[in-house]
Amino acid sequence: MIELKNVNKIYNDGFQALTKVNVEFQEGKINVLIGPSGCGKTTTMKLLNRLVDYTDGEVYFNGKKIKEMNPIELRRQMGFVIQNIGLFPHMTIFNNVATVPKLLKWDKDRIKKRVIELLEMVNLDPNTYMNRYPSELSGGQQQRIGVIRALAAEPSTILMDEPFSALDPISREQLQDELLRLQTEINKTIIFVTHDMDEALKIADNIVLMKDGKVVQQGSPDSLLSNPANDFVKEFIGEKRLNSNNQLNDLSLANYINKDILLVQSDIRIEKATSSLIERKVSSAVVINEDETYNGIVSLYDAIENNSSEINSIIKKASLIIYENDKVSTVLEKIEGIHDIVPVLSKEDIVVGLLSVDKLFATLHHLTEYKRGEI
Amino acid sequence: MELLQDYIAFWADKYASIFDYMLEHVLISLTVAIISIVFTIPLAVWMTKMKSTKLRSFIFNIANIFQTIPTIALLAIMIPIFGIGFTPAIVALFLYALLPLLRNTYSGMESIDQEVVEAAKGMGFTSFQRIVKIELPIALPYIMSGIRVTSVYIISWTTLAALIGAGGLGDLVLAGIGYNDTFMIFTGAFLAIIIALILDFVLATVENKLIKL
Ligand SMILES: Nc1ncnc2c1ncn2[C@@H]1O[C@H](COP(=O)(O)OP(=O)(O)OP(=O)(O)O)[C@@H](O)[C@H]1O
Ligand SMILES: [Mg+2]
Repeated sequence: MIELKNVNKIYNDGFQALTKVNVEFQEGKINVLIGPSGCGKTTTMKLLNRLVDYTDGEVYFNGKKIKEMNPIELRRQMGFVIQNIGLFPHMTIFNNVATVPKLLKWDKDRIKKRVIELLEMVNLDPNTYMNRYPSELSGGQQQRIGVIRALAAEPSTILMDEPFSALDPISREQLQDELLRLQTEINKTIIFVTHDMDEALKIADNIVLMKDGKVVQQGSPDSLLSNPANDFVKEFIGEKRLNSNNQLNDLSLANYINKDILLVQSDIRIEKATSSLIERKVSSAVVINEDETYNGIVSLYDAIENNSSEINSIIKKASLIIYENDKVSTVLEKIEGIHDIVPVLSKEDIVVGLLSVDKLFATLHHLTEYKRGEI
Repeated sequence: MELLQDYIAFWADKYASIFDYMLEHVLISLTVAIISIVFTIPLAVWMTKMKSTKLRSFIFNIANIFQTIPTIALLAIMIPIFGIGFTPAIVALFLYALLPLLRNTYSGMESIDQEVVEAAKGMGFTSFQRIVKIELPIALPYIMSGIRVTSVYIISWTTLAALIGAGGLGDLVLAGIGYNDTFMIFTGAFLAIIIALILDFVLATVENKLIKL
């Protein structure tokens, strides 16, 4: 984790670029620094790898004061993607990507393996691109190389200063998607600078919004959208985005509960459950206790496999259960990667129905279409 | 036809001493070239890193002044200090070579994209590693063109060094003027051109090899 405590930065010419900055960059998360041009994003980022020294306050990297760390070693632990890519023009793509591993004196085979792996990760064929020079790549390809060059030595922390800013909207979205996909594999602490709110909302786990060298608000994209701290934040996020978020919050979960479902008691025999499942043409059912409270779920597959005994032996816990007064946005946060049925319960744990995932996504799709079209 | 036969006879008669003059010439030129490269390139790199712009323009001004002194005058100035012969010639030609080398190396280093330098710093190069592995290689085309131009100059200036007794092909030309011998003058000039062309070719090859590294 990286923490800035009461950091001030006054440049040599007397300009105060940062005033009392207190920020926490969370471990394993994408932390986005955002704000208007000149607000101090790049300055903040360069403090972290000591390309810029702060005037006072303290910066901690995993609990240690960075002023007491050797800057060269610190930099080799942090991947760095600078605002304008900065590939080395006299080196091949291979050597560009291999830069930090070479500085760290990895052995040749390991470097080669790593470079190939990284190129494949961003969908650039190693055989085609390895021996090219940066000038022989398109802008988007260069930015990809800029990003994987920063990942090469497996740093725990990656600093990215507007890495996608020079791209057309389509390549930018592609790279954002790629970054999100990558992050699920690598789970680095990423500090990402941008001045594009859509980009921030799309990729951030944690947003730090700055203005004139000060932090105005920090928190999850949701918390910024639902509780903007002041008018500047509102204006920066933009009415349209706030509205469409409100629309999301206005959605009532009640509309997405399917109440016409198959319930089975927890003391019946499996054959009976099997025949009900087949009769209703569904693949799972919710099991309830005598008082109608939630017990678990059974699947048709398990039922057919063991059709002799009591149903108890095949009851499983659902991967996710939700409550009928949950917010749609919280449900959305949890639902990723869930493939089971999702039982919806009342406050008293009584089964109300099942979440209608398809219907929910259809609505979301509609909302985001609107967002893209309007903003 | 007769002329050609005479010229062949001239070579048959004088080839040993012509060869000596040529060797001297190459020796002086290479010595000057090597000394000035070894001295000037680090100086220019240091000048791009120094904070004081005053010191930088001071150094440029000095190099500039040497350039503006006519070659013969500069050579003559050396005599009271170093006497005649090899050493004063080396010193004078070295002072001459300063400016073109300095200027090319300096602008080569200055031409490097600040982003690239910043990226190198941010990735954890030490200053020395950064200069050797990133900045000098990127500035290489500028530096090499400085070296090539200067080397060709040096070979032509070396011809004048004969005036202060340094030897070389200039001796052949001077003797030719003394004896009114066209063959001598022509041979001296012609060989100086050949040496310059060969050296330029060699340097071009070196440059290509370095770029591929
Ligand atoms: N070396 C410097 N000396 C003096 N002032 C500087 C220096 N570097 C940056 N600044 C000033 O500090 C402020 C913050 O600059 P910074 O580069 O951090 O902005 P930024 O938020 O990254 O902006 P952008 O979105 O345009 O990249 C600016 O007003 C800038 O002019
Ligand atoms: Mg910036």
